Amino acid sequence: MIDTDDRKEIVFPGDIVEKGELNMRNGVFRSVDGSYRSQFFGIVQKGDEFVDVVPFHGTYVPRRNDKVIGKIIDIGPSMWTVDIKSPYMTMLHMNDTPWKLNSGEIKRAIGVGDYVYAKVQTVNEVKESWITLKEPGLGLRKLEGGHIIYVPAPKVPRIIGKAGSMVNMIKDATNTRIVIGQNGLIWIEGQIEGVLKATSAIELIKSMAHTNGLTDRMMEFLKIEKKGEE
Amino acid sequence: MGTPSDKKLIDENGLRLDGRGPDELRPIRIRTDVLERADGSAMIEWGGNKIIVAVYGPREAYPKHTQDIERAVIKARYNMAAFSVDERKRPGPDRRSVEISKVISEALTAAVMVEQFPRTQIDVFIEVVQADAGTRIASLTAASVALANAGIPMKDFVVGCTAGRVEGKVVLDLSKEEDNFGQADLPMAVLQKSGEVVLIQMDGELSKEEFDSAVAMIMDATKRIHEIQRNALVEKYQNIEAGGEE
Repeated sequence: MIDTDDRKEIVFPGDIVEKGELNMRNGVFRSVDGSYRSQFFGIVQKGDEFVDVVPFHGTYVPRRNDKVIGKIIDIGPSMWTVDIKSPYMTMLHMNDTPWKLNSGEIKRAIGVGDYVYAKVQTVNEVKESWITLKEPGLGLRKLEGGHIIYVPAPKVPRIIGKAGSMVNMIKDATNTRIVIGQNGLIWIEGQIEGVLKATSAIELIKSMAHTNGLTDRMMEFLKIEKKGEE
Repeated sequence: MGTPSDKKLIDENGLRLDGRGPDELRPIRIRTDVLERADGSAMIEWGGNKIIVAVYGPREAYPKHTQDIERAVIKARYNMAAFSVDERKRPGPDRRSVEISKVISEALTAAVMVEQFPRTQIDVFIEVVQADAGTRIASLTAASVALANAGIPMKDFVVGCTAGRVEGKVVLDLSKEEDNFGQADLPMAVLQKSGEVVLIQMDGELSKEEFDSAVAMIMDATKRIHEIQRNALVEKYQNIEAGGEE
């Protein structure tokens, strides 16, 4: 879905999206006349199997199994309320953490203002959701130190790149550790120069997310930045 | 204030006060992303109208009793600046602006896929900076651009236009003088692709034939206005092809 040679076609809400042999996925609805139409003002992305319409702007809505970064905004006796930059707050229960905690004293583990990297465990019909820190092997944790930046959720796939190529390039070039949440919050840790460089690289991707050939341009950008340092 | 009612609104050549023919629109210009902190925004200049629309959300609906468990609630707020009209308007909501806010909210709800965001509200703030007849449909036209700009899922665009009767003739897009001294005014908004009517109001009287020709005029005009909406949105991303071929 990224960096294809095809031109990216801009569509408006209600425009017909040509599907060809592919299946429709996100951002498309079936209208009463049976045609497939775009829900968004955005670009059509055709992959090997699916067609998506990716909007230029938009909010994040929690989906099961997404990995997100959230900020703790409130603490109850046994649950944290977490802001994931979505219309809906999400919840983290003390039993979904790797620590053994007693009800009423969970703020010793995570306090208000802390960030967590968590997985969305369940989402119900009215978009109430619960996240978990308990799954091993995914790197879910409380994020200590580092810096947080935000990009709109629809742009996250471009920042990650094909199989993580883009973010790995930024990590290597700037010598930082980066964690990206599907909701658009990004955690960056490292030397301050590296963090600033990574931030400006991500800002650049954010402003050019709708164009082709982004990887090449980023390589160029990161090289130039390096030269300036020497 | 205004023109005296004995002034000819349509001259012997069939042209109107501002030189337009009966089915001509006033110049329309729409710009997007005019506000930094709004999720989506648009400014429309339609003849003498100048209107800014800001969209925020979807976000959690407050006060909580306004939440709908099954869909998002669209809260449009139409407000006229005190200096937007000839004689100072008393600021704040009045009977007229509450009504317009309501009909605009309902018209937009028909286009937005509200069922995707249960329990939320989508705020649409409409500020009329300068008014010159037809503000409700100009607001609606700009509001649907601002919603698309905010990345809110929609089935279709809402496009509005007015028509009316001036000196016995049916004309499109009434100006302020025609609105004040004409015999009828018909604001109407439709979903662009399906032609579904989402707002229709009438002030004054039209015969059945006049009504039909007014509606036909509006339907034709909405196509032209929709083209302006699309161009306004795409303006910012015009370099997309250039970027693709590098």
